[in-house]
Amino acid sequence: MRIELEKRANPSTLFSILSPFIALALTIVAGGIMFALLGKSPTSALYSFFIEPLLDVWSLHEIAIKAAPLILIGAGLSICYRSNNWNIGAEGQFIAGAIAGAIVPVVFHDWHSSLVLPLMLIFGMIGGALYAGIPAFLKAHMNTNEILTSLMLVYIAQLFLDWLVRGPWRSPDAYNFPVTRDFAPEAILPEMIASGRANLGFAFAIIAAVGLWIMMRYTLKGFEITVLGQSERAGRFAGFSSKRMIWFSMLLSGALAGLAGISEVSGTIGKLQPIISPGYGFTAIIVAFLGRLNPLGIIAAGLFLALTYVGGEAVQLTLSVSDKVTRVFQGLLLFFVLSCDTLIQYKIRLVFLRFGQSSEGAH
Amino acid sequence: MAGKRGRVSAVGASEGRGSALLAVRSLTKLFGSFAACNGIDLEIQPGEIHALLGENGAGKSTLVKMLFGVLAPTSGDILWKGEAVRIPSPGAARRLGIGMVFQHFSLFEALTVAENIALSLSPGISLSKVAEEASRLSHLYGLPLDPKAHVADLSVGERQRIEIVRALLQNPELIILDEPTSVLTPQEADRLFETLAKLKAEGRSVLYISHRLEEVQRICDRATVLRHGKVTGACDPRQETPASLARMMVGSDVASVTAAGTNTKGEVLLEARHLSVPARTPFAVTLKNVCLKVRGGEVLAIAGVAGNGQGELFDTLSGEYPASDASAVFIRGKAAGNLGITARRLMGAGFVPEERHGHAAVPALPLSDNLVLARSQSDRKTFLAGGLLGIIRQAVVRIASKRISETMDVRKSGENPAAGSLSGGNLQKYIVGRELDRQPAVLIVNQPTWGVDAGAASRIRQALVDLAKSGSAVLVISQDLDEIFEVATEIAVVNEGRLSDAYPAHELTREKIGLLMGGMYGKTDGEVAHAH
Repeated sequence: MRIELEKRANPSTLFSILSPFIALALTIVAGGIMFALLGKSPTSALYSFFIEPLLDVWSLHEIAIKAAPLILIGAGLSICYRSNNWNIGAEGQFIAGAIAGAIVPVVFHDWHSSLVLPLMLIFGMIGGALYAGIPAFLKAHMNTNEILTSLMLVYIAQLFLDWLVRGPWRSPDAYNFPVTRDFAPEAILPEMIASGRANLGFAFAIIAAVGLWIMMRYTLKGFEITVLGQSERAGRFAGFSSKRMIWFSMLLSGALAGLAGISEVSGTIGKLQPIISPGYGFTAIIVAFLGRLNPLGIIAAGLFLALTYVGGEAVQLTLSVSDKVTRVFQGLLLFFVLSCDTLIQYKIRLVFLRFGQSSEGAH
Repeated sequence: MAGKRGRVSAVGASEGRGSALLAVRSLTKLFGSFAACNGIDLEIQPGEIHALLGENGAGKSTLVKMLFGVLAPTSGDILWKGEAVRIPSPGAARRLGIGMVFQHFSLFEALTVAENIALSLSPGISLSKVAEEASRLSHLYGLPLDPKAHVADLSVGERQRIEIVRALLQNPELIILDEPTSVLTPQEADRLFETLAKLKAEGRSVLYISHRLEEVQRICDRATVLRHGKVTGACDPRQETPASLARMMVGSDVASVTAAGTNTKGEVLLEARHLSVPARTPFAVTLKNVCLKVRGGEVLAIAGVAGNGQGELFDTLSGEYPASDASAVFIRGKAAGNLGITARRLMGAGFVPEERHGHAAVPALPLSDNLVLARSQSDRKTFLAGGLLGIIRQAVVRIASKRISETMDVRKSGENPAAGSLSGGNLQKYIVGRELDRQPAVLIVNQPTWGVDAGAASRIRQALVDLAKSGSAVLVISQDLDEIFEVATEIAVVNEGRLSDAYPAHELTREKIGLLMGGMYGKTDGEVAHAH
């Protein structure tokens, strides 16, 4: 027996719209089963995972904090993926941005000026963009696979950060803990509203997502991205260069990941430490696909994935389950989103073969 | 017309005689609610060459696939020697005695002829026996073939012979040939026709699918014409004129194209000077010292068998892959060899590539977006707003798109459907219209009517001729000799990356072109190619 995927002639528009919601429902059902198998009550577990965080101002702020990097990175990745460039290394660009942005408050910690914060943000974007420039260069000029190179660069960035905070950038006043000195107050990204911790990073995320949406929807650049993503040959006919698009999309997504990185360390952590991200760069891939590679959809998807982080922390406390539960939920979600999309485009056919030869039975 | 339809029913009335080798009764194939074949009746007598005529999308391929067991009919009967049969697979069709030669060959290039043939036979037959039998058959039917040759080294015509021999090894009583001459030079086609005559003399039947009316008239005993999935006529093609056959195919008179004739010749608007381009990929053709000139008012047609450098020539002339030397290509007197496609468009050139889907158009995008695809820079002032932001003015683009559709009679569902939803002919009309709409001084078209129905083809050809008459230079690359003679004022032939001299169209015969296609420059006029 063999399973074949047969392309549907007319994929349903209704189901294409419903697909993220179906995936969500399936994730919740599968999650409920998982909790039941763990010996916890599925209803109360799901309640504290998905509902409780929404009822509390503190946790709403936490959601905004965690959604900000997801949306920023996810929106940038959507441009990459639409143009057929598969940047998987946003996590590394996030870290590169955080390190580059932290040069100002860590190395020049005696310089106090209102220019510090803007400079940090710009450095962060440049750092992320340059780091994404490595796989872009390799793809455009050496024809390497950007999926592999960008992914491998993540580990290099992580280890480089680890070395920095244990070595040259280690704070003299931190009793040998692997952290840099705390950022000065003018190097801290301010909060958005008085009621909680959510910082300007969330505003950056919304502005970036809306801006990219306008670009994709109304401008020639967005058209170029769409065309090159669907057919390189047609793009060449239109006079668009796929090489330049590799650079554009990789640098753009790298810059946004870098901005997310510096916003995170400046707004939420306040210093550099060995681990600055719970995997935002990878989770943002789920966000990008759950948002159907549409920057506005990515805002919603980013908020939802942020909820899984906050809800995951909540069930850790209330039900004492492992922190891996969050990753399992995110994995389930990506799995169901991709399978729903596949089943909308294709139908499954089982092909049964007789023993040995093909099924050429005469009439 | 009415008289001919009368004869149709007379042929149909022979049913019940039971002498037919293959008969088809109200055969229908539905794809969803769309009837690709709708109540087809067809009879093939022993020892006849039966033509199946029809435009693209008429249902020819669907019908044949049902006969060869590739598709299952929705309803209707297939009678083989008077008995109703079900043909569930190509294997079952072969066992009945039906052989098929597809338009697109299924051969392994790295294997030899004999190995390829052995693959289609049941295992256990030794390779030497296959080779022996294959070379016996190939000599018997005038299909010279070396069993030890590697397929990669063979021409398209020779590859087709492998497929024919492969079909003959099964000793079929009915052989189906799908557009067999579309890939052949006139000389190769002549050879094929001799083979078919031999098969016929042995009492075998041939179902010959084609849209080339002259061939059908030349070799076929009877013809069944399909249109929109229905039989619109059955006739003796020798009793018909090409025009009357075309009428059955298209359903209305095909406007004959008024050739450009002797227009007043203008200045040279497009020129290639000693253009040499190395092959970009291992399978590409190297262009060798190509020289050509097209004046305003001229249509230069470049003939040649597929894969002799047509695609490479188009890529270089369009600037999609520019040459390294600026003076290799001149557009309106200015060196453009190293410029990209956008710069060449801004110099007044327009381009129509061969492949519609994924090259000339993005199938998933609406027509209006596909208009922007070719004209975002040449019509920057009208189509874009907001300066550097480059905001696309959708309303303006849609109006222009509507104008093109109306001028070229593009039939489509809805105002602005996805390009991929249009039929090949209608999409091609749009793609050509998209360039004509801006009145380019130079138009370069690769295979303007490839896979396009007769109605659309004549419309497109007329448009090309009219553009030349208005003073533009038109370069047409085509494999279709009928088309070339319809539109061209000058003709050159490309062979293995070399371009022959251009000759005035009225001085060339088909035989001469055929010889040039085969690379025999010497035998034409004793001239050496590319003397410009």
